[in-house]
Amino acid sequence: MKGLEAFRVALDALRGNRLRSLLTTLGIVIGIAAVIVVVSIGAGARQQIESQVEGLGSNLILVVPGQFDTQNLSSNAAAVSTLQRDDGDLLADVVGDPDAVTARLTSGAQVRAGAVEQFVTVQGSDQNLPEVFTRPVAEGQFFTGTDVEARRRVAVLGSRTAETFFPGADPVGRQITVAGTRFQVVGVLAEQGESFGVSQDNEVHVPITVAQRLFGLQRVDAFAVKSPSAAQVPELSRRLWRVLKAEYPDQTFSAVTQTQILGVIGDILGLLTAVLAAIAGISLLVGGVGVSNIMLVSVRERTREIGLRKALGARQRDVLVQFLVEAVLLTSVGGVIGIALGVSGSLLIDGLSPLPASVEWWSPVVAFVVSAAVGVFFGVFPARRAGRLDPVVALRAD
Amino acid sequence: MDEQPVDEQPAPGVPAPARPASRRAAIEAVDVTRSYSFGDTTVQALRGVSFTVDDGEYTAIVGPSGSGKSTLMHLLGCLDRPTSGTLRVGGRDLRELSDAELAELRNREIGFVFQAFQLLPRSTAVDNVALPLLYRGVKGAERRERAAQSLRAVGLGHRLTHRPTQMSGGEQQRVAIARALVGEPRILLADEPTGNLDSRNGAEVMRILEQLNAERGVAVVLVTHDDEVAGRARRQVRVRDGLVERDTAAEHGTAAGGGAA
Ligand SMILES: Nc1ncnc2c1ncn2[C@@H]1O[C@H](COP(=O)(O)OP(=O)(O)OP(=O)(O)O)[C@@H](O)[C@H]1O
Ligand SMILES: [Mg+2]
Repeated sequence: MKGLEAFRVALDALRGNRLRSLLTTLGIVIGIAAVIVVVSIGAGARQQIESQVEGLGSNLILVVPGQFDTQNLSSNAAAVSTLQRDDGDLLADVVGDPDAVTARLTSGAQVRAGAVEQFVTVQGSDQNLPEVFTRPVAEGQFFTGTDVEARRRVAVLGSRTAETFFPGADPVGRQITVAGTRFQVVGVLAEQGESFGVSQDNEVHVPITVAQRLFGLQRVDAFAVKSPSAAQVPELSRRLWRVLKAEYPDQTFSAVTQTQILGVIGDILGLLTAVLAAIAGISLLVGGVGVSNIMLVSVRERTREIGLRKALGARQRDVLVQFLVEAVLLTSVGGVIGIALGVSGSLLIDGLSPLPASVEWWSPVVAFVVSAAVGVFFGVFPARRAGRLDPVVALRAD
Repeated sequence: MDEQPVDEQPAPGVPAPARPASRRAAIEAVDVTRSYSFGDTTVQALRGVSFTVDDGEYTAIVGPSGSGKSTLMHLLGCLDRPTSGTLRVGGRDLRELSDAELAELRNREIGFVFQAFQLLPRSTAVDNVALPLLYRGVKGAERRERAAQSLRAVGLGHRLTHRPTQMSGGEQQRVAIARALVGEPRILLADEPTGNLDSRNGAEVMRILEQLNAERGVAVVLVTHDDEVAGRARRQVRVRDGLVERDTAAEHGTAAGGGAA
């Protein structure tokens, strides 16, 4: 029996039992759809984060104390920072540009303006932040080097913070209270956008000197260094690290480049996606077992038909192929429906929810191959059982 | 091939073999046994049967229930293998054939007609009849054409696209005969073909079998409980307790099966 004939016979058999075929394939449909949605969300998240990190400028190097932990995308939490503001000058010498280095100290505090009060991320920054992080100022201006050195109590708001504390009004020139201390707002940063519903714009920048005093800290969390060109990033990061190591031989530092960060984010997201997809794939497995079960029932129900076909000259192989094709057809149809559901589901999620989702071209292809493979895997056992039936015994069955 | 509808032909009385001169053994069984065992009990369904069916012969097998007639038919039809003894079909020893070769042999040499018709309920008459050709690798269009021809030969030219559920028992059995015939086998084996039919339909089926034997020279072996049906066959074989009790061919001393009745 040729493949095409086997296909037609299988199609007839499935058509004869439409409802059962549909229900049987439901597990495959759900499994395939779920895997496609998960993979799409993973891909969408990766694309969004990558574009955000790239938005920082591909020339960025972060200098942090401790050993940069590529597993957690953070420096060793146990290590207390030994970086001081002065170390920024060392780094600036290496780059050859005093404006290409910016220090950062991150904390949080209760912020109040008029009747509005909220806990907000407070960034201790210096005058170079807009340049180094490519964050343009929308209104007013960023604080100056003089503001930093003179420890002036001035603040620059993120766009969301501005909207929260001064809805519909211009915050420049107004007063806010950060951790009980009054600050004058001198500027508002341009909107940076959201990532997973968490705004990058919900923060208050104050001069790092003021932040140190406010939080009772001497240290600097990190320096961000802007390399003159992307090509110089690897070499520059090595030199930055060497200079700090020479200054503090007993301590560890890391100079992290954007490529490294992207690599780590990619690894984390890949792992996360794989785990979630595997969980979704369990439904596929359950669906496959369902197909196997129904095929066994079908073989039993059609024992006489099998006996007859063998009596008329069907070989063991012909019967096996017939039932295998039937199982593969069942799961493939489920796969196609699942792909349609998964792709449209992903598009809906991307459009209607804060989650990003992007359908990779290969995921429907892989999904189809997998669904067919599930049919082969779970169809072989029932099909072999059918093929091995003794025609005399099978013909007597009822 | 002459394809005159059988309905227009008078029923032949005693079917005459088509080519009496060129006979040779289509099936040859020598001291064949078949036993079934489950656990420690063994049932000997056949206890040493020697039996030859020649080309173009018309044989009726009779015997009490449980005597081993169906078991013998299954062996003759290559659906089963003997426990011991030699069985040759179309000159080939079954012991030397693989299961796949056995399947091919029954596809080419044997046509089966069952008591319970054994039609696929959802398939049309044409598709049912075409089934043996499917396993012979014949293309779709030719398959349907030959199936339609075969159906016309049993007088069902007007029932081509009917399904079994839309046909009478007699018509269903004629579809089954058309199916047995479509591959132009040398031997047609019918195990109680009229067992599920009333006498009028039974007579019609018998008439068709006799005519096929007479006109095409297909060897027919049929099992029957009906003495009248058995009486019309040239050769009768009586089976009892797994042994051939009486064989009219042997009595007449012509192993090739002389005219009895
Ligand atoms: N698959 C089997 N397993 C065990 N015993 C069997 C099997 N098939 C047949 N037998 C036994 O073999 C003997 C012969 O059975 P068989 O079907 O050949 O009889 P039969 O002559 O066709 O009877 P009937 O006229 O009732 O159809 C019986 O005793 C039966 O019980
Ligand atoms: Mg019987």
